[in-house]
Amino acid sequence: MIRILAALLGLLIIAGLLLGASGLGWPSREILIELRLPRTLLAALIGAGLGLSGAVLQGGLRNPLADPGLLGIGGGAAFGGMLAFYWGVSTMFTPALPIGGLLGAGLACFALFALAGRAPSGPALILAGVAISALAAAFLTVALTLAPNPFALAEITFWLMGGLQDRSLAHLALAAPPILVGAFILLRLGPGLDALSLGEDVARSLGRPVGHTLRWAALGTALVVGGGTAIAGSIGFVGLVVPHLLRPWLGERPSGLLGASVFAGAALLLGADLLARAGPMLLPLTQEPPLGVLTALLGAPFLIRIARKVVP
Amino acid sequence: MIALNVSRIALGGVAVLHDITFQARSGEMVALCGPNGAGKTTLLRALAGFLPGIQAPDPRQVAYLPQGARSAWGLTVGEVVALGRLPHGDANPEAVARAMRLCGVTDLRNARIDRISGGQARRAMLARVIATEAKVLLLDEPTADLDPDAAHRIMALLAGFARGGVTVVVVLHALDMVRDYADRMVVLQRGRIVADAPPEEAMPIVAAAFGLPLGIDRRPRLLAPGSE
Repeated sequence: MIRILAALLGLLIIAGLLLGASGLGWPSREILIELRLPRTLLAALIGAGLGLSGAVLQGGLRNPLADPGLLGIGGGAAFGGMLAFYWGVSTMFTPALPIGGLLGAGLACFALFALAGRAPSGPALILAGVAISALAAAFLTVALTLAPNPFALAEITFWLMGGLQDRSLAHLALAAPPILVGAFILLRLGPGLDALSLGEDVARSLGRPVGHTLRWAALGTALVVGGGTAIAGSIGFVGLVVPHLLRPWLGERPSGLLGASVFAGAALLLGADLLARAGPMLLPLTQEPPLGVLTALLGAPFLIRIARKVVP
Repeated sequence: MIALNVSRIALGGVAVLHDITFQARSGEMVALCGPNGAGKTTLLRALAGFLPGIQAPDPRQVAYLPQGARSAWGLTVGEVVALGRLPHGDANPEAVARAMRLCGVTDLRNARIDRISGGQARRAMLARVIATEAKVLLLDEPTADLDPDAAHRIMALLAGFARGGVTVVVVLHALDMVRDYADRMVVLQRGRIVADAPPEEAMPIVAAAFGLPLGIDRRPRLLAPGSE
């Protein structure tokens, strides 16, 4: 299964490098390196992080509805990025936006552990995450209503919808370190998640206490979601849907889903981004549709099919 | 061997155990009995090192089966039993296969644990504990959900482990099983140990703890295999 997903991802990466504004074709060296390579790799990287984080959180919280957005890190990143817009820093210095996003994600992560404790229980983590999400959303709305001019408002809104247009190697360099470190942390949690599937007491008796597993799950999620949201805005649904797509093929053991969710998340987001890029060619659109919308459009039918199987 | 000496254990501000001096030696099966809420499960969890202020034991040496454990995901029986090797960090297929065989779940190895009967799932959970090959087994109601034949088989299996040098501590409500298989019966009442004796000797105290009369009943009942 991992091999099939890896092959699919490889095909999508090649397509991502060859697909241009006027159809498939071999691009010039500059376009390849400056535009298509960073965009393709960013989509794969961010999707991989979101898919993996979704698999880890669903396992760790023993909840099939868990999603990386649950912890409020994306909200914090959106708020941080928005501040960079708001004060006009990002017009003078382009990387200010993702850096603001990373700082916001870091702040949200700090608040998460301050609220939920250093060895959090599942409910504590979810409650803290929901509180932080609500707070970040409230701040965001206040800032939007106080936006200095309509132009800034439109730009912020567009960024919040999520997308990878005009991302460069500099963006890749900003997103890659937190996502790679986060993914490294998350990929090591398999045994702890398996132990947790039999309950917190069993996990502890197997030497994998729940607080320890969830602490690292939250930290890894903060890194991958913070890095991803800072660059691409909010992209929902990938983390929620990827583990559900894989369970019918790979079984439900949480550790068995981690590796595959990396490839499936990358393939899903890259596929969605390719559709976004092809959108203006296929449909009468003047602009690319937002990436977050496309992930929902791609993922929702699968989820509905799965839900119909689960509900008797 | 496993021991616990505590003057007071409180959960959420309410004292649950008082003046506990408990010890189980290797080669011994000790049954914890007593009314609901007497503190049996708390004592077992304290032995497993789950309560604050108590040092957690080495997970390779002490294995624990909680009451009514369920799996959050549809793991297969084989995957559940293999979790017993987690503390060792090895797969050890022989230990896993042996545990499944001893608990009679080998044929269910590829079945999802949430799609089999409660008794079968209970045996799979017990096989997970056995696969750890620990020196101490702490088992909360290992025979709950089991039919009489399966319950006797599991108790005989545990008694066999005890004879082989393992320390077995079980919470049991089935007093017949306690009398048939346990070496010692520890009776808890309102958080205190009120009896610690061989089962036959402890029966009057356990009857008093439950507030039930003690007598000899001549009506037919199922016996342990081979005890006609």
